[in-house]
Amino acid sequence: MTTTAHGIESAAWLLIALPLISGAVLLLAGKRANKWGHLLGALVPIVLFVYALMLFFAVKHEHNREVSRHLFNWIHVGRFSIDAGLLLDPLSLVFVLLITGVGSLIHIYAVGYMSHDPGRRRFFGYFNIFVAAMLLLVLADNYLSLYVGWEGVGVASYLLISFYYDRNSAATAGNKAFFANRVGDVGLSVAIMLMFAYLGNTSFQTVLHSHLSNGVASAIAFMLLLGACGKSGQFPLQTWLPDAMEGPTPVSALIHAATMVTAGVYLIARSAAIFDQSQSARTMITIIGAITLLYGCVSAFGQDDLKKVLAYSTVSQIGYMFLAVGLGPGVYAIGIIHLLGHGFFKAALFLSAGSVMHAMNDRIDMRRFGGLRTVMPITFAVFVCGYLALIGFPLATGFWTKDKIIEAAFDKGGTSGWILGIAALLGAGLTAAYMTRALVMTFFGEKRWEDDVHPHEAPKSMTLPMIVLGALSLVGGYLLIFGGGVQHWLTPSVGPSVEEGVHTVNPTVLSILTLVVIALGAYGAYAAYGRKAVPVEKPVAVSPITRAARKNIYADAFNEAVLMKPGQWLSRALVYFDNRGVDGAVTGLAAGMGGSSSRLRRMQTGFVRSYALSMLGGTIAVVAVLLAVRFQ
Amino acid sequence: MSALAFTYTPVAAAATHVPHSYALVGLVLLPLVGAIIVFSLKTEQAKLAKQLSFLISLAVVVYTAIIAIDFNTDKHITTANQFQFAGSWVWIRDFGVHIAFGVDGIALVLVLMAVILVPCVMLASWNSLDSKSGAEEVAAPGAPQRSVKNFFGLMLLTEFFMIGVFTATDVFLFYVFFEAMLVPMYFVIGSFGGPRRQYAAMKFFLYSLVGGLLMLASVIGLYVTTGSRSFAITDLIGHVPQGATQKWLFLGFFLAFAIKAPLVPFHTWLPDAGAEAPAGGAALLVGVLDKVGTFGFLRYCLPLFPQASKYFAPTILILSVIGILYAAFLAIGQRDMKRLAAYTSVAHFGFIGLGIFAFTTQGGTGAVFYMVNHGFSTGALFIMLGLLLSRGKSRNIDDYGGVAKAAPIMAGLFLLTGLSALALPGMSTFVSEFLVLVGTFTRHKGLAVLATTGIILAAIYVLYLYQRVFQGPAREKTAGFRDVNAREIAAVAPLLALILFLGIFPKPVLDIINPAVKQTLHEVHQTDPAPKLGPNSVVAGGTK
Repeated sequence: MTTTAHGIESAAWLLIALPLISGAVLLLAGKRANKWGHLLGALVPIVLFVYALMLFFAVKHEHNREVSRHLFNWIHVGRFSIDAGLLLDPLSLVFVLLITGVGSLIHIYAVGYMSHDPGRRRFFGYFNIFVAAMLLLVLADNYLSLYVGWEGVGVASYLLISFYYDRNSAATAGNKAFFANRVGDVGLSVAIMLMFAYLGNTSFQTVLHSHLSNGVASAIAFMLLLGACGKSGQFPLQTWLPDAMEGPTPVSALIHAATMVTAGVYLIARSAAIFDQSQSARTMITIIGAITLLYGCVSAFGQDDLKKVLAYSTVSQIGYMFLAVGLGPGVYAIGIIHLLGHGFFKAALFLSAGSVMHAMNDRIDMRRFGGLRTVMPITFAVFVCGYLALIGFPLATGFWTKDKIIEAAFDKGGTSGWILGIAALLGAGLTAAYMTRALVMTFFGEKRWEDDVHPHEAPKSMTLPMIVLGALSLVGGYLLIFGGGVQHWLTPSVGPSVEEGVHTVNPTVLSILTLVVIALGAYGAYAAYGRKAVPVEKPVAVSPITRAARKNIYADAFNEAVLMKPGQWLSRALVYFDNRGVDGAVTGLAAGMGGSSSRLRRMQTGFVRSYALSMLGGTIAVVAVLLAVRFQ
Repeated sequence: MSALAFTYTPVAAAATHVPHSYALVGLVLLPLVGAIIVFSLKTEQAKLAKQLSFLISLAVVVYTAIIAIDFNTDKHITTANQFQFAGSWVWIRDFGVHIAFGVDGIALVLVLMAVILVPCVMLASWNSLDSKSGAEEVAAPGAPQRSVKNFFGLMLLTEFFMIGVFTATDVFLFYVFFEAMLVPMYFVIGSFGGPRRQYAAMKFFLYSLVGGLLMLASVIGLYVTTGSRSFAITDLIGHVPQGATQKWLFLGFFLAFAIKAPLVPFHTWLPDAGAEAPAGGAALLVGVLDKVGTFGFLRYCLPLFPQASKYFAPTILILSVIGILYAAFLAIGQRDMKRLAAYTSVAHFGFIGLGIFAFTTQGGTGAVFYMVNHGFSTGALFIMLGLLLSRGKSRNIDDYGGVAKAAPIMAGLFLLTGLSALALPGMSTFVSEFLVLVGTFTRHKGLAVLATTGIILAAIYVLYLYQRVFQGPAREKTAGFRDVNAREIAAVAPLLALILFLGIFPKPVLDIINPAVKQTLHEVHQTDPAPKLGPNSVVAGGTK
């Protein structure tokens, strides 16, 4: 049972209200707020982080570490009764800390990053609204309220992707993201309807404590999974995420790496009780996770745009998280821990990429970088920290969090366990390879800069948050797994972790094997890119695999051919049909009734008013006659 | 609403001094008297006509608000006493025709929506007849100056008919309002519309007239077959003979309402009328007048013809789902932005039809709330399009691009309006759309899922329109656009504020609608399906 909120817990709604209000103020105040808007915008998440820490310690001492805060009755129609309420539990609180903590750092960074942008106030307005929606998403205590946050982050993401709205590519990318999310929303909507139709309620309290028949559990689980895939950029709804890099870099770091795109993982972990009742849905998650993690790795290889490399890397890393939560009971916590670690190191990587971009006049083509390590030592150092964490270098974050997922995949046992394990292991090697390629092309080798760029290190407001995130990338993983702290903390939400089960492969052997694969991947990339000069132009004569990787394995082409083009044709055909077919038929009918078509044409062109009046007179006459005839 | 009534005790107490049965007569007459005064002004007194009309429309809002505050939501409802503020006076004694008014929750919220929209439309249309600044297209050389006082008078006259049609409780009186409502709108389209206004006005008139005649036949049939010697709804409910008679009578009403709503395939007049009508007229036409169709389903088709309603429900549900998807595809394919907006409404009417004929409280209440929200949302959309057209003088979407650069506030308002049209969670449109879907789902899973895919198409037609008009590089033509001024903001801001407020706190409105919908379903002998797994499946934790 949950405890009712008291003391400082009762004010938990401030977590959503504060950023929402400040976002509204920033957007409504207009130019007046240009001078101080960014400061307000950056202050809010810091205040929230402090409050979240206080909440964390308050909830820690509560029974079962679950606190509910009822707010008001939102919708009540017949049996459909939805209360707006918040749930403070281990799972929601780690997300709150991640969102406000990493969020604060990225907000501070953005003060510097956006300082020359005329739209800075608008940017912080959207950014704060995002924080509000994301906190609602993780704090909601029922699926319909969660949906409000879910869509809120979608809108904030849309606004921020198309922030530079006068660029067609940015506007298109924003739309693409929203459309893909909406496909997922259909899944989430239907899942909620199923919950209501079968259980009469959508609150976590009811839904997550119910025995469902296998069919119903699977139906709900598959629909939730569709929603999760849309939000988290998982196969087959993954193509919007790389395009989302059109937004300013802090957006890529916070929304499209650390927080929003992991909402799908949150949704699955939150709904663990449903997924536990459907083996088929869990198998599906692991398949999607495995496909996406390899897809992301291969596509990352083909990119020359540093942010796109990181974006595909995000796609791939969320694939790992999906794989983990799909493996089910005992592994949920590992997926969440990788999510938290990824929040640190991917944010560090994106912020350093932003710093590079800042220095290179907003250019992001790695073929025109090179040799930046001496010019931007801090950025370089932070990037290396993120790099080590991501590839799973011993003792860095990924080493602790990602290796656990590989291990769990093998431990699943059976053929599927081997297939998933090998996919995850292969992914680790590829990750090391594409990240080494990016590292070498950006920071090592000779300068390939264009003539007008004069790179320099970023200002302190940017480097300080970067340094913090860089440090967290190195030691964060250890902190997260230290003494099983986070796993134990999460137990009330997602069930206990499997500590020492039966291992398919000896963990030590697997660890060494993983390191060997990583080393091979890194060396391979170094041999290809670090030993010889990187051409400034894309090589044309390349293998089919490289060609496919550049075109993200033809996923965009597939979507265009199978969805977009036929959709456009259908729309055009229907417009034609409606104008000629439906309208023609009805007009013809009307003409027939009116006497002849020539009369109709005359009506349409002249004497309209008199005709209308006479018609009204006629109607009244008809009424009179009908009444008179019938009732006399 | 009782809590609110308590807060506003002085006002509510003042209202109770007026005999309740006359309250609605006053409400109906107020805009009529206003219209007569405005029409009687001289053409030169344009400014006075505008100010007077606006003040009268505000007075109507206040009047309606007082009625709403005094409305009792906790009342025990039966067929005989479902209307509040009811009053009835003999009109044609021989046929039992009465001038009878009354509101239940459904009528009340629709009247509220209509009267709130009118002053907003007036503000937005303030200069729309000024050929220099506000007109929606470049005036043809030598074209006569359009009469400002007539336009505003017609707005008030339309308001009179709208209130009348929602509050009439006598079937014959309803029919008269239903038909007469055409006339002012006909002149709004035909005299103040775009280049093809005469064709559009005639099409609108013909379609509605055909529907009206079918309904008239059914009205007469009702009188004959029930033998109740009365046209009062409460006297007719439960007295229509079952079998073929009921089905035929149902069809007469249904077709009239389906054309008015309009439901696919009776929709083709709306894109023309919506596109050619001046934006303010279109806002009222699509925002309010079309609701009379869906209102008619609930008020007349269901209670009077329960058996026929059930018989035809599957067909209507399927037509509604086809409408949702078909009209959305059509909206995506439009080049004319006003036609696009009209098609989005056709898709939305599909949702309303779905909710009504799902026969669940969620579906029914959702549908009524949908009507209210759609009035605000589409009203705001047409107002925004009018503001855009007054600058760009073209309905063709391809003539725009990059408007956000020159007019950022306008872009923001337009985007909010658009998001309300795609039923963004957090806005009132989402509450109603989800209620409709979930209410449908409990009975018809497949149809509800199909309808749900409409939310993808809605996102496409809204954001694709926004992209083509407001985003992208600024163009030579759009770079000089003036951003919205205070008056223009005041025309849409209240509507958007309501949409946002009711998205978070829909309770006041839902509590008004709920009892009336329950009564309607009671008259169709329908109850909500129970949750399939029941409370036993809850193993731990439990719920209330």
